[in-house]
Amino acid sequence: MIELKHLEKKFHIGDQVVHALDDVSLRIEQGEYIAVMGPSGSGKSTLMNILGLLDRANSGDYLLDGINASALGEAERTRLRSDKIGFVFQSYHLVPRLTARENVELPMMLSGIPVKQRKKTVDDVLDKLNLMDRAHHSPNQLSGGQRQRVAIGRAIVMKPSILLADEPTGNLDSKSGEEVTKLLESLNDEGITLMIVTHDPTLGARARRQLNMLDGRIV
Amino acid sequence: MLWSDIVSFITQVLSRHRFRTIVLWVAIAIGVVAVNLLTALGEGAKSFVLEEFNVLGRNTLIILPGKKETTGGMPPLTGESPRPLTLEDAQFVSRLSGVKSVAPIVVGNLEASYAGKIREALTIGSSRDFFIIRQLSVAQGKILPELDLDKGEAVCVIGNQLQKELFGQQSSLGQRIRIGDTRFRVIGVLKKGGTSFGFDMDDVIIVPVANAQSLFNVDGLFRLFAEVRVYQQLGTVKRAIVDLLTERHEGEEDVTVISQDAMLSSVQEILDILTIAVAGIAAISMLVAGILIMNMMMITVSQRVKEIGLLKAMGATSSTVRTLFLCEAGLIATVSSLSGLLLSHVITSIANLNFTDLQFHPPWWAQVGSIVLAVVFALLFSWLPAQKASKLSPVEALQGKQQKETT
Repeated sequence: MIELKHLEKKFHIGDQVVHALDDVSLRIEQGEYIAVMGPSGSGKSTLMNILGLLDRANSGDYLLDGINASALGEAERTRLRSDKIGFVFQSYHLVPRLTARENVELPMMLSGIPVKQRKKTVDDVLDKLNLMDRAHHSPNQLSGGQRQRVAIGRAIVMKPSILLADEPTGNLDSKSGEEVTKLLESLNDEGITLMIVTHDPTLGARARRQLNMLDGRIV
Repeated sequence: MLWSDIVSFITQVLSRHRFRTIVLWVAIAIGVVAVNLLTALGEGAKSFVLEEFNVLGRNTLIILPGKKETTGGMPPLTGESPRPLTLEDAQFVSRLSGVKSVAPIVVGNLEASYAGKIREALTIGSSRDFFIIRQLSVAQGKILPELDLDKGEAVCVIGNQLQKELFGQQSSLGQRIRIGDTRFRVIGVLKKGGTSFGFDMDDVIIVPVANAQSLFNVDGLFRLFAEVRVYQQLGTVKRAIVDLLTERHEGEEDVTVISQDAMLSSVQEILDILTIAVAGIAAISMLVAGILIMNMMMITVSQRVKEIGLLKAMGATSSTVRTLFLCEAGLIATVSSLSGLLLSHVITSIANLNFTDLQFHPPWWAQVGSIVLAVVFALLFSWLPAQKASKLSPVEALQGKQQKETT
């Protein structure tokens, strides 16, 4: 469960102050399927970065499963992030020198989970995403849809409670986009909280709850 | 992150960015090889020179005419003095109780000729004891006969090379050669012995000292070697010689007596400084390698900004990122410097097979030092890039932006 209370985030661009988030309060229950929509510069990405603990708000509180994330130090936020949050990016952000399997394994490796334990989990994830036969390919040998599936595998391998997807279908053709969306929705059906940031109204309309943002406010 | 994972992560980085890895490897290995080879050269030269000086044996004192006021550094090798050291002085020295033998020396260049062939050769006038003190032996014939120092005999022992040049394949024993304007009978040929103490012993003529004095028309001696019976008496005998000669020279202390130890220690000091200077120059090449590492790591950080952002988003802490970059530099420095060390051993072994006179062995302090230096430099110079990488904000790094700290 996520609770945001009066979040503020300001950026200084030149001598101008931009309110990326302006008094945002929000409550998201576990297992929700939410689309965040709005024009560029409306604060969608900032909201996403703060929810993903990649960035901090200037003021306001952020409670993640009862933990006040605004009060934590950087190392604790990093641990919380790797335990509870999975990211899917528009441009996949796979590490090019690692194979699909190694990319999926990466978060577990960074968290110091022993090799034996990792193998089983990674196998399960690859199996679930239908990537077993692509496990030893490097990202540039994979299609866009496959790459995004690897990225989703990497996002869920730590069994997070929230999946944050920033334009997950933005670089894909409609067929692969549909596959990726279905995959994300099936993960949501299994109980993960899914939050998608998108420009695409059709994709946004599929979510059970829509948040429209404009000038840093939820409207 | 587990240590085994850090190692495998770095190994992947190194093996999949092959060009960069090879450039770094070569740079570091060259630095280590330079340090080891140059110090090996220095040490080889040192032991070669010391061995040359050692030929005299540590029981030998060298007496030079003239008082040299030296406060450390090399003792004088040539001396001029109004009052020469004479053969009579040598005879008195030889009668001192602690002295086993003396070898007076007179040297100069003279032309030697046989059957129309003329060679200029270093002519040394001395005694039978000279051969014993200098550990010279003959390949054919015999050494100079036992004579009173002031008695001459027209005989000579010649160097190996000189014998070939004057006589070719012919036997020289018993033949008469002309030295200056006197004829000498050849009674011995020296063993091939290389250079020692600045004299090329293959190219000399040794005649009795009295003959040499008349050849050069001099009274004085170039120097006098005196061998003491026991090493422990070296100091006492040295004092006794100075006292004796002072007395004989009308109360004026106008000779210099030096022991081989004194000479060795000053020579050794000079050679040590040389070796260190050479090692210092080599260390500069390590510094250059270090700066190269820094540049390479800087480039790596900017090329891998997105990856760093991703690692941080995936749960890597700043210290994990820093550890990854430092370990990467440390690992490549360790592997490269060890292979550099191996390479320098291969090179010195090959050199040692080909040059028997000079032996090259990198000293242990250079071996350990070069590796420590390589690793320390690598870590030091990659600290800055690693720090830069660890400070990147994940949000901006994921967008490929490098600088701009977030608040």
